[in-house]
Amino acid sequence: MTVATIFIDNEPRQANPEQNLLHACLSLGYDLPYFCWHPALGSVGACRQCAVKQFRNEQDTAGKLVMACMTPVAEGTSISIADAEAVAFRAAVIQGLMQNHPHDCPVCDEGGECHLQDMTVMTGHRSRGYSFGKRTFRNQYLGPLVNHEMNRCIQCQRCVRFYREYAGGHDLNAFHLRDSIYYGRHEDGVLESEFSGNLVEICPTGVFTDATLKRHYTRKWDLQMAPSICVHCGLGCNTTAGERYGSLRRMVNRYNHEVNGYFLCDRGRFGYEFVESSQRIRYPLLNHQVATKDEALEHLGSMLLEGNVIGIGSPRASLEANYALRRLVGPNRFYAGVPDEDLLLLSTILRILREGPARSASLNDVEHSDAVLILGEDVTSVAPVMALRLRQSVRQATMRIADGLHIPTWLDHAVREAVQDAKGPLFIASSYSTKLDDIATTTYQAAPDDLARLGFAIAHAIDATAPEVPGLSPELETMIAEISTALLGAQHPLLVSGVSCRSRSVMEAAAQIAWALCKAGRPANLSFTMPECNSFGLSLMEPRPFSEAVRAIKSEQASTLIVLENDLFRRVPASEMTALLRGVRHLVVLDHLANATTEAAELVLPAGTFAESDGTFVNSEGRAQRFFQVLAPSTDVQESWRWLREGSVAAGFSNETQWQSLDDLITAMATEMPALGAIPAAAPSHSAAGKIAREPNRYSGRTAMLANISVHEPKPPDDPDSALAFSMESGPGTVPPSLIPFFWAPGWNSIQAVNKFQSEVGEPLRGGVTGARLIEPSQESGWQYFSAIPLQFKAQSGEWLLVPIFHIFGSEELSRHAQGIAQLLPRPYVALNPIEAALLGVKAREQIKVTADGAQFELEVMLRADLPRGVAGLPAGLPPLDSVLLPAFCKLSPIGAEVSTRGAP
Amino acid sequence: MEKPLTGNFRTDREAVSLAEYERAGGYQGLRKALLMAPADITELVKKSNLRGRGGAGFPTGMKWSFVPMGKDAPHPKYLVANADEMEPGTFKDRALMERDPHQLIEGMIVAAYAIEADIGYIFLRGEYECSHERLARAIAEAQASNYLGRNILGSGYNFEIHLHASAGRYICGEETALLNALEGKRAHPRTKPPFPQISGLWGKPTIVQNVETLCNVHHIVSKGPEWFRHLSRTEDGGTKIYGVSGKVKKPGLWELPMGTPMREILEDHAGGMREGLRFRGALPGGASTDFLVEQHLDTPMDYGNVQKAGSRLGTGTMVVLDDQTCPVGMVWNLEHFFAQESCGWCTPCWSGLAWTEKILFAMEQGKGGSRDLETLTFQTKFLAPGNTFCAFAPGAMEPLQSALKYFADDFRRHVDEHRCPWR
Repeated sequence: MTVATIFIDNEPRQANPEQNLLHACLSLGYDLPYFCWHPALGSVGACRQCAVKQFRNEQDTAGKLVMACMTPVAEGTSISIADAEAVAFRAAVIQGLMQNHPHDCPVCDEGGECHLQDMTVMTGHRSRGYSFGKRTFRNQYLGPLVNHEMNRCIQCQRCVRFYREYAGGHDLNAFHLRDSIYYGRHEDGVLESEFSGNLVEICPTGVFTDATLKRHYTRKWDLQMAPSICVHCGLGCNTTAGERYGSLRRMVNRYNHEVNGYFLCDRGRFGYEFVESSQRIRYPLLNHQVATKDEALEHLGSMLLEGNVIGIGSPRASLEANYALRRLVGPNRFYAGVPDEDLLLLSTILRILREGPARSASLNDVEHSDAVLILGEDVTSVAPVMALRLRQSVRQATMRIADGLHIPTWLDHAVREAVQDAKGPLFIASSYSTKLDDIATTTYQAAPDDLARLGFAIAHAIDATAPEVPGLSPELETMIAEISTALLGAQHPLLVSGVSCRSRSVMEAAAQIAWALCKAGRPANLSFTMPECNSFGLSLMEPRPFSEAVRAIKSEQASTLIVLENDLFRRVPASEMTALLRGVRHLVVLDHLANATTEAAELVLPAGTFAESDGTFVNSEGRAQRFFQVLAPSTDVQESWRWLREGSVAAGFSNETQWQSLDDLITAMATEMPALGAIPAAAPSHSAAGKIAREPNRYSGRTAMLANISVHEPKPPDDPDSALAFSMESGPGTVPPSLIPFFWAPGWNSIQAVNKFQSEVGEPLRGGVTGARLIEPSQESGWQYFSAIPLQFKAQSGEWLLVPIFHIFGSEELSRHAQGIAQLLPRPYVALNPIEAALLGVKAREQIKVTADGAQFELEVMLRADLPRGVAGLPAGLPPLDSVLLPAFCKLSPIGAEVSTRGAP
Repeated sequence: MEKPLTGNFRTDREAVSLAEYERAGGYQGLRKALLMAPADITELVKKSNLRGRGGAGFPTGMKWSFVPMGKDAPHPKYLVANADEMEPGTFKDRALMERDPHQLIEGMIVAAYAIEADIGYIFLRGEYECSHERLARAIAEAQASNYLGRNILGSGYNFEIHLHASAGRYICGEETALLNALEGKRAHPRTKPPFPQISGLWGKPTIVQNVETLCNVHHIVSKGPEWFRHLSRTEDGGTKIYGVSGKVKKPGLWELPMGTPMREILEDHAGGMREGLRFRGALPGGASTDFLVEQHLDTPMDYGNVQKAGSRLGTGTMVVLDDQTCPVGMVWNLEHFFAQESCGWCTPCWSGLAWTEKILFAMEQGKGGSRDLETLTFQTKFLAPGNTFCAFAPGAMEPLQSALKYFADDFRRHVDEHRCPWR
């Protein structure tokens, strides 16, 4: 990267000649106001806020006003930010924006973290000269997640640029013109994009705000905040949680250059409301009665003393919680809380990433891939932010078109105009058509075994020493040639797969392709999606298969079963569960929401959610990331690992000094399990980082908050687990990037303050990328190609293969309990190809009987022409269908008919 | 004097038919051009000193010289006729299209050939229904006669023209906003660079040219650049279709040598002011040009001279202000139009024009104050070239800034007397 010397108000500074001047000035720490520019969206030059004076040479004393975002950095560029004319112009732009802007600040949700407020103060504009009327609008209902208040709009274009151009959405648009542009839908209705929630951060004013926050509104300065990790899928996007008065209020994006970047998905942003669900368990329950903590621990202690204790871990519980359970029951009595098939898939992924030459891609790597094959995954529903990154990846290869015309990469609309619809190669082979298909070069829908066969064939086309797949159709051979050529021609090819198909072959085929590419000298990356926030972590714990727990219970080698943060009724059919539970004498469950498993428990211990706990998750990339508690519960809720520790002490297995703080536990865990050796590096320890306030220095009411209970201000809760404090008081020194509780800087109250924390705007946070990658590819060359190639899928007479169809809202367990998201859940259905439906004699929305995996359901028919013949679809994870282990063959019969009829395929 | 542009016009105002057009020498320019090398045609146009007649006056040959040529150039290349004539006071292109549609078509084909364009569009103002009908017929006739289509007149050159009626809005006349509109996007302008010659319609090399400009092209090829230069009375080549509207005796259009003085147009051709009215000023080239007043009446109406006088030739169609019409009211009428047509992309334009229009309206109602006068002056500086995203708002300020200069007393009277003195 070359460096240019530019002069800003006569000071020589170093800047990147591939950037525009606004980007450079902000990275150098100058306070230059802007609206329409965004590091992820580039420059369009609409708002005119970032004007500076540019001088041609030393003799030019008058200079010319230019927009910094539209002016390239070049060697010798000379500008002035402080020039009087530039200052006056920037204030005049604010004056223009204020003509129509309502005097809403006191009642506007954005107030206190409003970019418009910040920029107004920054320009010095103060008094209002405009005395005429303001244009007003009727607002739209856009769904339960995003609120609409158009009067506040300053026409910066960011919303439609993000929604349509960046995120690929269609139903938000700009209407009308002049000073009354309207950003909305053609009619009221729920915004269709899974990324609509980012509008609340992208919008610099209060047009788009968090509708869930609105129900329990709190100003940003009044929130107690902490750095957290999203729990709603395996990507581990970094978030900032905010609470007040002991209840969780909202989540916002926390910038991580390698993971989520600037954006979250709606499930991650709005799923947090499960923490405040009426289903929360906040006190111990002993035989369904509320018990005191001492009573509960006494009972737990005596159960433990009886011996024969086994534990079932969880892919949504932290490493620390899983480890504590594992230590308590012993490694041989610690079992995976997922079906055996899933554990096998997870361990397959581990093996692939450990033994082979392909590297596990970060989301940043995903964005910069220039040829991608997705094999057997619905990325938009399962790992949404990866889909957002993939939408940017298809622009990589086409940047050469803009380069050829000497159009700078940051000149966004000019680049898009030159590139038009050209996209880099993205191939999607899945069991049903996915929302990402609209940017794909080629798509292919088939049953999982056929997807695997396609993958193995592509690997063979890349490297003839990889096993062959004979008997494929000419159309498939053409597709295989197209895909293999594209992957071989790329600088950064990427394979995406995952566990959603529940097919080991599919994942092995994806790995095969990546390995074949590596062998051909093309360093391919691999990305496997995982369903839950700590699936990867659980598998690193080396749990024994769930079926062995069942066996242990059946053979009476288990008296007490401890279930950690897991609703087993979602993992296995109810009949199996009931039999299982009858086989144990004591069932202890640690969890946060009431569910069928807690209902069956003798002892329920209230486990802390992510908001009430510190811990570590390992995301699907293999990155261990630490999340921190934001609120100190006033109830008996505490981390699962603390319950297990105290139970162990109560039973006399360990003494009080064991694991007094999180760091002790992490040290023990990292020492005992080499695979987790890097966990301590995920975040600094309690003592290493001083004292960091969770509360901003305008946090109000601290001394009066509990005065109705007692006028004596209570001592702030202690935090032995981290350097963060439940306080407004910070120690000196810079905050390490993994511990930043909120982004705020003087004059920058909005989320744009993140600029001040990055080494360069759009680059990693100062202090480096956070989290610790746990797996890197092997340097050994001893890996072998997979040779087990499945046979071609054959539709079975009288039966259909049920595959899971994923939904961003509904397939994930916790977010379903969020009040906003609960309004967006699909109704249970069974999806059929219209030809199949016609043969069965059913129409859309009619009921049909589905018998699978020992269970029977009456479900509404949904027609999907993208489903292959012989295949039907069920919404994944949606009760009451969540315990059906898919894929599975099923029988279908129209209501009233006895036998299903199915003609020739 | 020679009138290459309007010489064929029929007195009954019907369109010149193909047969009549050919009899008068039509499509001979095309035949001659097809025997030349494309780059040579551009040279001819450069030498002719033809400048864009849409308002900006950019040298046409130079504009074409930036189009990448040769076998490595991106294709398809486009030639677009900007027929979105919406400048208030301008109606010259309408006459050209209604009265002699084949002239525009021939000009387009020659221009397209010069830049090796494959596809042509006429972006036509939607309200020009008569032009639409006559152009559509002429295009079909040209197609049938092999002036358009594949292997034109056996030359091996292929070119097709599509006629597109705009869905509306003045900003579509801005060449890059036009391209966005043609692509089906919102009609706001694009930044330059990159210029349309590099990344234009669908990201491909494109020339957008005004109707009147194009109508000159094949004449230059037919009769040569020297002939074209000699038509003019000054440095800029060719004739110009001048127009006059306002309270003159004979408003209308006249094809005259480029550089004809303003007084001559107003008095000799437009017949001078109506009985009882005196000349106060005129916008020489449509609504978005600065007022010229009595002291400027001898200005030769070409690009350079009008600029020296403090205005712009623009489209060369004058809007005349008489002494019985309120200048503030006239400027309000214009600013009302501009405020209405702001595309909404950049802050100074959409905010400044709205405020300007509201002030002028209030002034006309007798509700304007001194601060409002200051604001008006402020807006003329705020909405300056470079401060805004395109030239629309600076153009909108031209009548206002010149009115504030030349009719300052009239503005002052509105404020001091709390009324419009003309009512």
